[in-house]
Amino acid sequence: MQAKTAITINRPVEDVYRFWRDLTNLPSFMNHLESVEVTGNGRSHWTANAPAGRTVDWDAELVEDEPNQRLAWRSLDGSQVRNSGSVSFTPAPGDGGGTEVRVELSYDPPGGALGKVVAKLFGEEPQQQVTDDLRRLKQVLETGAVVRSEGSPEGTRSLRLVTQRPAQPVD
Amino acid sequence: MRANCWMGKTSLEVREVPDPTILNARDAIVRVTSTAICGSDLHLYNGYIPTMRKGDILGHEFMGEVVEVGPAVSSLKVGDRVVVPFPIACGACFACQRELYSLCENTNPNAAIAEKLMGHSPAGIFGYSHMLGGYPGGQAEYARVPFADVGPIVIEDDLPDEQVLFLSDILPTGYMGAEMCDIQPGDVVAVWGAGPVGMFAMASARLLGAERVIAIDRFPYRLRLAAEHTGAEPVNYEETDVAEALQWLTAGRGPDACIDAVGLEAHQSNRALRAYDRTKQAARLETDRPHALREAIISCRNGGTVSVIGVYGGMVDKFPMGSVMNRSLTIRNGQCHAHRYLRPLLERIRDREIDPSFVISHRLPLDQAPQGFEMFRDKQDDCTKIVLTP
Repeated sequence: MQAKTAITINRPVEDVYRFWRDLTNLPSFMNHLESVEVTGNGRSHWTANAPAGRTVDWDAELVEDEPNQRLAWRSLDGSQVRNSGSVSFTPAPGDGGGTEVRVELSYDPPGGALGKVVAKLFGEEPQQQVTDDLRRLKQVLETGAVVRSEGSPEGTRSLRLVTQRPAQPVD
Repeated sequence: MRANCWMGKTSLEVREVPDPTILNARDAIVRVTSTAICGSDLHLYNGYIPTMRKGDILGHEFMGEVVEVGPAVSSLKVGDRVVVPFPIACGACFACQRELYSLCENTNPNAAIAEKLMGHSPAGIFGYSHMLGGYPGGQAEYARVPFADVGPIVIEDDLPDEQVLFLSDILPTGYMGAEMCDIQPGDVVAVWGAGPVGMFAMASARLLGAERVIAIDRFPYRLRLAAEHTGAEPVNYEETDVAEALQWLTAGRGPDACIDAVGLEAHQSNRALRAYDRTKQAARLETDRPHALREAIISCRNGGTVSVIGVYGGMVDKFPMGSVMNRSLTIRNGQCHAHRYLRPLLERIRDREIDPSFVISHRLPLDQAPQGFEMFRDKQDDCTKIVLTP
């Protein structure tokens, strides 16, 4: 499964790169991630939320790191879920000082029952998920936090679009 | 708390719901002292706007007293009296930096829905469907105000609620409608719709230097009010053909600027055209009725400006693009970037250049909101604007 998306963020390239480069920040805008732990030597341990309160985890390594330009990572051999991704940072046109962020992800879900878990986990639909992730990243960097409404109290999330809470205060 | 909730097409109930709480650090909670029913609320009431859910709290024109602030709000304190602008804006994105507050890129968590319908999403709005954020509105005892350090304006003066409430939406909307006309000395401005927004557009056109203002509507009481408060020359489209009337009034030239303050639920006198558009709406082939817009375009002088502040939701049929293109018309639009106008218009109110309360015809308790909506929609009892008190 492949997914790619892009967004323009009204912050300088250095700020956006720096935020993403600290991988422990990723769960703040990637809802499916519970945590990312940096283990050293360009490696990290990722834990993702799975259905029924379970988690799925894997180890990954950075394969490219061009400061203020590009990051790429991939899961280590033997991971339950093979996945890889890259993000590029480009100054937005003009003097505005913004950053164009382009993300490409790919997942190789295993077959069978585990495959179904993975498909659900990484995709509510990988394309929607990564688009939501970037929207949330933009909100975090431009406004300080993921923006919530009472209809969507967790913030932007494609699954929520069909199961909106009524526009009434959260209990 | 009690709140006016949308329960379905033409079905409203004032119900007991939870009190709002702080969800983001930059929120504030406001105890609502006055709120109003907007013409655009009628599109929600009549079922023209998609993505409403049963239980949604309505209302985007409200003001009151700050009763709680989130930890990151430093510009407001408990006890401040504020008017809250209807679009929700973060202040930091590409759009907000250009003062295009109703286009804020961050305040619609449900942006994906709006993108499917419109290409890109505008800002979230209080009480105006899930496509525009799923935020509860202000026809309630309390409201959560996101980005409280960006939107609300503090009222330090003694001015009563009725004089400042309309800063939340309709006064800046009318003003922006007139401003988009780029009025030059000697200009003739025609306004379709003599409701509160239309009348504020007429008043603003005068403030901005229009030489003549023409009001187009079918209700004599509204045309009278417009004439009395803005000096507008009345044209009643049920008594006369608008194109002919404007031809006569402007000696063939056409108005320099035409403001559409009507929007998607336009009423059409010509029965055949009315039937056409209604049939297409029923078959979902057309969602909006562009009668006023078509007329505004056709009547406008060559090279003039059509300024659209009436709300549209979806698609219109039979749009006179040939007239627009061949005659160098400028069409300017927008949900009002209200934040931009709060301070300048408050000053004009303070200086007595305008008293917006002239549009108010009825005052009701919040509990009578459902009756109020019906009265407002059906123009009963010479209704122009209803202010609700929780």
